[in-house]
Amino acid sequence: MLGIRRRRRPTWPRVVMLAAVTAAVLLPFWWMISLAFTPEGHSVRFIPEQPTVENFQIAVQAANLDTAFANSTLVTVVAVLTNCTVPVIAGYSFAHLPFRGSKPLFYVLLSTVAIPVSVTLIPLFLMARHFPLAGGNDLLGAGGSGLLDSVGGLMLPYLVGTMNIFLSRQYFAGMDRGFAEAARIDGASELRTFAQIYLPMAKPLLALVAVFSFTGVWDDFLWPLVVSASERSVTVQLAITTFAASGNVRYGALMAATILVTLPVLVVFLVNQRSFISGLAEGGIKG
Amino acid sequence: MGLLFVLPAALYVAVFQLGPVLYGLVLSFSSYSPISRDGPSFIGWDNYAAIVNDAEFGQAMLVTGRYVLQVLPITVAIALGLAILSNRTFRGVGLFRTGLYVPHVVSLTAVSMIWLWMYSDVGLVNLVLDALGQPGQRWLTTESGALNAVSAMRIWKALGSNMVLLLAGLQTVPKDLYEAARMDGANAWQQFRAVTLPGIRPMLTYVIVMDIIYLAQGFAEIFVLTQGGPYGTTTTVNYLIYTEAFQYNQMGSASAMAFVLFAFIAALTIVALRAGQGRRS
Repeated sequence: MLGIRRRRRPTWPRVVMLAAVTAAVLLPFWWMISLAFTPEGHSVRFIPEQPTVENFQIAVQAANLDTAFANSTLVTVVAVLTNCTVPVIAGYSFAHLPFRGSKPLFYVLLSTVAIPVSVTLIPLFLMARHFPLAGGNDLLGAGGSGLLDSVGGLMLPYLVGTMNIFLSRQYFAGMDRGFAEAARIDGASELRTFAQIYLPMAKPLLALVAVFSFTGVWDDFLWPLVVSASERSVTVQLAITTFAASGNVRYGALMAATILVTLPVLVVFLVNQRSFISGLAEGGIKG
Repeated sequence: MGLLFVLPAALYVAVFQLGPVLYGLVLSFSSYSPISRDGPSFIGWDNYAAIVNDAEFGQAMLVTGRYVLQVLPITVAIALGLAILSNRTFRGVGLFRTGLYVPHVVSLTAVSMIWLWMYSDVGLVNLVLDALGQPGQRWLTTESGALNAVSAMRIWKALGSNMVLLLAGLQTVPKDLYEAARMDGANAWQQFRAVTLPGIRPMLTYVIVMDIIYLAQGFAEIFVLTQGGPYGTTTTVNYLIYTEAFQYNQMGSASAMAFVLFAFIAALTIVALRAGQGRRS
């Protein structure tokens, strides 16, 4: 730069400050881990004196974690799969295959992002209860408990995230339409053009949608709390809160349960952190 | 063809997002208990009239408002400071960004568990106070302190995501603007006021709006840490809606509360957006 480069101020003061704040922010997690490995009845130390895994054994048995993990995994996997297909192809269409009224339709769909959960919570609960032909219901949705207290009911509101339609449209709008023209001349159908040309180029988008869906569904609490009525449909977040509320709280076991429940999202986040953080920022800049 | 590809997503959103909004609106003008045999019966504005006069709901609105207003400015201020600090490439900066972001990824229920212990009689906060020779406190069970204790946790949780967004905003500010400001003799504070703030204004507005939307719907942390107590001092509107609908089976009035909350969030958002546009236009 014209040779008059300013001398950069040293970076070490920022490193020290950032390190201090980061350490302070992560400190509660450290104590959580220490507590989880501390035997019941011992006082917690920064590093446990006689580390033990008995808290984890207690947690798995007492907190219904096995059923909870099975349910949460199934619900999350299904939601990730549907979210990586249905809103993605919709977003592609909004970007590349406009039709009469597609713009207003897009904005109507996008506007649902702003609706608070509590507005749709009660209607969704009643819709799940009166879901036709489920849980003893007849065709009109009367007679039984519908999708309440079932894995199907847990999935109901997660299948298509509106935000993912928006992210997909943004992503595909940035891609060249020329590929599709070439494919059309070669006689490829629109579906083939999407699946074989655009989708393979959209791996970063799919990673982003998958990670967002995974953490969103795995971490959700209010909907499972309302829909689940028994162990049958317990989820991981429900399992730890029920465990915490079950009389005398044993913090060591509670922390062990919390660690187990948190590990999957933490792993998914750390593996995909680049796309996760840049995607979050991108949604903000463009939105 | 395009319509065909959009249809599955559009139908789903219509049935499970827009449909429930209309259904909820109808419910808010009805009296309905799911355990009775009768369906919803139309009662006009009665639910809304009852809410206006309901001291419990009024308190919940105040709690929600205070919660948003005391978490938001502190979070944004600290996050902006951290974003400015990490807006420089040096070895290990990614590590700090990732570390600060971790509380955002961990579920609200899970982090609330950690803070439930930290705030307990034998928890970290009291251990530290004890080591300093100070008496311990009951953080979550005093009327004056419980909401502040929950707020501290929410500030801690929101820092990372706010920081990452603000950092993305900072990186869109052209470097030569700083150069020009320096040539004009602007000091660090003047550069911040004249270059940084206007430059990150759109992102700052976005961050504030998202914070408002999330914070005004606080629920899981209240459920775990305080159950709305003591004496309703931490009962947010969302927590009240939950108890009204699923413990007292008053689906109609709970729906009305949800729409009042919706209006409240919309109003706060509009204020933030207006302020964000500022005099620039």
